[in-house]
Amino acid sequence: METTEKYHFDVVRWFTIMAVVYLVVGTLVGVLIASQLAWPVLNFDIAELTFGRLRPLHTNAVIFAFGGCALMATAFYTVQRTCGVPLWSNKLAWFTFFLWNFIIVAAVITLPLGLTQGKEYAELEWPLDILIAVAWLAYSFNFVMTIAKRKTSHIYVSNWFFLGMMVMITYLHVVNSLAIPVSWFNSYSIFSGVQDAMIQWWWGHNAVGYYLTAGFLGIMYYFVPKQANRPVFSYRLSVIHFWALMFGYVWLGAHHLQYTALPDWTGSLGAAVSLAMIIPSWGGAVNGMMTLSGAWDKLRTDYVLRFLIMSLAFYAMSTFEGPVMSSKTVNALSHYTDWTIGHVHSGALGWVVMVAAGAIYHMVMKLWNTEMYSAKLVNLHFWLATIGAVIYIVAMWVSGIMQGLMWRDYDAFGTLSYTFAESVAAMHPYYVMRAVGGAIYWLGGAVMLYNIIMTIRMASATRAVGAPAKA
Amino acid sequence: MSNEIHSTKLQDKVESNVFVMFVMLAVLLSVGGLVEIVPLFYLKGTMEHNKHPEIVWQRKAGETLADWKPGDGIRPYTALELAGRDIYIREGCYLCHSQMIRPFRDEKERYGHYSLASESMYDHPFQWGSKRTGPDLARVGGKYSDEWHRQHLIAPRSLVPESVMPNYPWLATNMLDGESVVSMVKAMATLGVPYTEDDYGADFSRAADEVKGKTELDAVVAYLQVLGTMVTFEEGVDYRE
Repeated sequence: METTEKYHFDVVRWFTIMAVVYLVVGTLVGVLIASQLAWPVLNFDIAELTFGRLRPLHTNAVIFAFGGCALMATAFYTVQRTCGVPLWSNKLAWFTFFLWNFIIVAAVITLPLGLTQGKEYAELEWPLDILIAVAWLAYSFNFVMTIAKRKTSHIYVSNWFFLGMMVMITYLHVVNSLAIPVSWFNSYSIFSGVQDAMIQWWWGHNAVGYYLTAGFLGIMYYFVPKQANRPVFSYRLSVIHFWALMFGYVWLGAHHLQYTALPDWTGSLGAAVSLAMIIPSWGGAVNGMMTLSGAWDKLRTDYVLRFLIMSLAFYAMSTFEGPVMSSKTVNALSHYTDWTIGHVHSGALGWVVMVAAGAIYHMVMKLWNTEMYSAKLVNLHFWLATIGAVIYIVAMWVSGIMQGLMWRDYDAFGTLSYTFAESVAAMHPYYVMRAVGGAIYWLGGAVMLYNIIMTIRMASATRAVGAPAKA
Repeated sequence: MSNEIHSTKLQDKVESNVFVMFVMLAVLLSVGGLVEIVPLFYLKGTMEHNKHPEIVWQRKAGETLADWKPGDGIRPYTALELAGRDIYIREGCYLCHSQMIRPFRDEKERYGHYSLASESMYDHPFQWGSKRTGPDLARVGGKYSDEWHRQHLIAPRSLVPESVMPNYPWLATNMLDGESVVSMVKAMATLGVPYTEDDYGADFSRAADEVKGKTELDAVVAYLQVLGTMVTFEEGVDYRE
């Protein structure tokens, strides 16, 4: 069947499968490290399993392994569908697939060994950084060249977002990873102190802004209208919010460094643009949600659509919370606390994974030309994910705000009310609650993996008995 | 219908040519970073030692790192401290401990004077951190004894029952490797950290002597004990004005 396909979908199929596998693995590591904060005995006194080494593994696994495979699967899928042509190079796509997965395996080995550059979300050592750049450029080049030979007159909106992500991530990765090698497995950033901090958070926030937001908005713009079978709500809104988002997000990194030794003008500039960013962010959320205008009843029966719309609700919530947290008054309280972790996860669990899950379910049905093995399990996943995410976020709101208030609390005599250790002890119930929420969320992912494996097996069995398969 | 422009001519042009769109994005996406990052490299006000040169250690001729006393000013890390810093990064300490005190009353009382940009000018990469699962360490140097740190790193809960920090027993048994410490110092010197020939020799080989027979625990303790002890802060001086 593959040979008669109009598009190069095999590589998309494998990226899709690996995305789900990495989702289950990455969130499992997350559940472990969350549990370690609740019960430190779970570090087992084994260097390779301590929190400090597994936390980078968790972030890299969910962002680059899961997120990367999801972005590559969806970008390669939508670019072919919306341009009406197969990928510019199938071979280059497979090269990207193998290289990307090799990098992930190398990360799983090197990070627990403590081989790290020590910059958050950019921990991988310099030889792997070079491979990441190669894989990323191969991915981007293939994508651009496919658009260049398209049959349609205009470039579809989802591809704008993917393209913006590709350009920006190239900038970020190259500049932030500039380092001089000490050995094969060690290197030092060429920047130091305040400049290094600004560059790191320019990278850090924009990995969120372009990789996890723009890229996933690209997913949203294709899969929400497709699944709802309705056109995008407003073309003009998509134009305005695209350019505003592209221009604006770059500035936000500085809000991670307010009240630090970063000059005040930089932090304040970052905060000011952060406040303005609520407009383009909500532009996207509104455009996605209103696509359902007049067809809201579909949510009752279409579980995949539920994922997509719930993700937009989380996206709207999270992009409201972000500007609030970047304002100086709130940031003074929230910075350094669990609130930040909660905010990241409301975006990651609520928006990124939910929208990707909706897209993956949609793609699996199209790519294997079948219905899902079990629609009930899709619904079960939806509820496990929603409930798990809400428990996680609420736990971190409470613990984060409590930490912030305890640290700055004074008694009647003008002395600090709490020792730091007391604030740590007060976090225990919320750390337990977070681990439980995370475990529920992980279970949802495991259900998804099972459902997809069974769907593919079912589809293959059908094909094996000779039923004609449509591409 | 397909010839109808629904937005502007420019947008229509951008939307129908991927290379035009690529160039537009490449320019647009560079603006924010350029405006926020580049000035930090040349604006004098960014680093406090431009206005207060006394916060940086002024070496007299022939003085080595061994002649430095706490409070003398910001200096490069010794080989042992640098090795400790590498272990600090390897174990991911920065994920739970910040090294950046903000100018608030409670932080001053809990951790000490607010941090200066100049204090981390030899930190490749910076260690400001983003999260305080444990307390800030920017000025932890000298607050506890070496013996306290050793016990605390090996078994934190034996000293602080509420702690959720992992035990690091292997630090006490892992020996430092002189060769790699030499390459660490060499790399820092390449990046412009001012080590002199008197410190570790022209080829930095004497850095190996400094760490001979020392454990990773010795290195981490040495690093922690120097944190925040370099600058003598004068009462009433606003270093960040």
